[in-house]
Amino acid sequence: MGPWIALAVGGLWAAGIFLLLRRSLVKAVLGLALLGYATNLLLVAAAGAARRAAPIVPPGAEALPAGAADPVPQALVLTAIVIGFGVQAFVLVLLKRLHAETGSDDLDHLEGRGP
Amino acid sequence: MLPVLPVLVPLGAAALSLAAWGRPRAQRALGVAGTAGLLAAGLALFARVSADGVQVVRLGGWPSPFGIAFVADLLSAVLVVLAGVLGLAAAWGSLSAVDAPRQGHGYWPALHVLLAGVAGAFLTGDLFNLYVWFEVFLMASFVLLSLGGTRPQLAGAVRYVVMNLLSSTLFLAAAGLLYGMAGTLDLAELSQRLRAHPSPALVSAVAMVLLSAWGIKAAIFPVFAWLPPSYAAPPAPVAALFAGLLTKVGFYAMLRVFTLVLAPAGAVPRELILALAALTMVTGVLGAVAQGEIRRILAFHSVSQMGYMLLGLGLGTPLALAGSIAFLVHHSLVKSNLFLLSGAVELTSGTDRLDRLGGLWASRAGLGIVFLVTAFSLAGIPPLSGFWAKLALLRAGVDAGAWGMVACAAAVGVLTLLSMTKIWGEAFWKAAPSGPAAAGPAAGARGGPAPAGPPAARGAAGLLLPAGALALLIVGLGLAAGPAMRVAERAAAGLSDPSAYVRAVLGPGGLR
Repeated sequence: MGPWIALAVGGLWAAGIFLLLRRSLVKAVLGLALLGYATNLLLVAAAGAARRAAPIVPPGAEALPAGAADPVPQALVLTAIVIGFGVQAFVLVLLKRLHAETGSDDLDHLEGRGP
Repeated sequence: MLPVLPVLVPLGAAALSLAAWGRPRAQRALGVAGTAGLLAAGLALFARVSADGVQVVRLGGWPSPFGIAFVADLLSAVLVVLAGVLGLAAAWGSLSAVDAPRQGHGYWPALHVLLAGVAGAFLTGDLFNLYVWFEVFLMASFVLLSLGGTRPQLAGAVRYVVMNLLSSTLFLAAAGLLYGMAGTLDLAELSQRLRAHPSPALVSAVAMVLLSAWGIKAAIFPVFAWLPPSYAAPPAPVAALFAGLLTKVGFYAMLRVFTLVLAPAGAVPRELILALAALTMVTGVLGAVAQGEIRRILAFHSVSQMGYMLLGLGLGTPLALAGSIAFLVHHSLVKSNLFLLSGAVELTSGTDRLDRLGGLWASRAGLGIVFLVTAFSLAGIPPLSGFWAKLALLRAGVDAGAWGMVACAAAVGVLTLLSMTKIWGEAFWKAAPSGPAAAGPAAGARGGPAPAGPPAARGAAGLLLPAGALALLIVGLGLAAGPAMRVAERAAAGLSDPSAYVRAVLGPGGLR
């Protein structure tokens, strides 16, 4: 499981960076979204991908059973997803405003060099 | 309670000013009262920390490292006071220098949220919580930067947003990796566990990710290209607040985590930081020399001066760290003030292009004097604040035998003076250009009232008051250099020997 997640994280990062380096701002936003997903996956994997049982202490026991997932990274990922959602919404509105102002989503037209 | 107050006060002010939507007078009053409250909370915290040592608040009563702690040591307290001072100056200037439509569309709540996020970042003792505060003030800064929606603002905002989101993603990834390695996010506990980590190379790799993330935020070489357009576009008080605080939070994160968490684990790449410091200083100052607009010159100097702070971090001795901290405080005040003054120049003349300016010394002597004092302090002329901070850094460099760095810092200082005299000579000293070119081009292009009318004159005067107050503070800091440097040295001592910090957070048994 671990190597596959590592590959997925690496692939998503690569795709995200590739999109960020494009001139089109729409692609840059998609790239940022991919980077966000990759990082969330990384956070889950960092806690150990093999530990997948629900982190509930059984009645009568004092500690979590072996193989229980660590709940902390899941809380972190949840926070990161919420923050990422808000930020992406803002970026989309910013892009829409920029498109209304310049009629283009090309980085080269930002400074008024284009049409 | 005291360490949480600098976050609660601006958050409360933000909530109240959201509730007062559509009532500009109430929002403006809240703007000044909220930032003054932050300053008061910061001063109270500083007095307590200065007398009783590190203060810790555990939210929800959970003991560290399970809960999230707010930790105020001397460095955090000083920086919160700084945030209060700059927030108050920006709010004061905004009263007259930010136009009514912006003020009516969420300017004030965003200002308070920004300050809450910055104060939270200075005070938190938890790595993931630091990430959250970064996002809080980033979101507010996005709003402040793009509010108004003029084309230069949007162009600056896109770069700023994309680069900062990339940086946040890197930060988050590094936090996740550190959790995977150490099983905690509490900074004090991390520093204890990473010290015994079996694979120092792995810790170094994460340190590189953190350096990239915070390097983007602090606008160091080679990732500073987002800074000049985004500082040149928004209204002057916003630019002043950004210049004074935002890059500094990135640097604070480096200062805190590299000394507390990564230095004991032997994962701080000092040579790399020194090389980056030199490149940042030089490229920033050379970029500034090539610019012909006041704001862009100032923005490139912000990049250049970040190099000095990195120099202190790279040398890493107590004296160097003290120099870094003193330089951070000095530079925030000075650069913030210069951006306020550039706003006053724009409002009186309608532009900040040096070729269209002139004769301001004859018409606005007060503006000239305040500018001169502040610019000389930036260039490090004794006895102003910049001189003492640079002196400490240079002495630390000499002690460490880093002659190349010392020469580089001194040469960059000369070029800084050159840039400042260029602004002085062009905007203030030379005769005012005649002809239609002197008249303002785009009315109110940077979010102030339309230039050359009575509101513009009021706006310029309204900026001059907080700028004058900041200039007095800069002079005062230079005259009281002895006590000020002693505070910086004590704050630096807390960084180079973090045992007091760790003991305060984890209890006496926490230090291993």
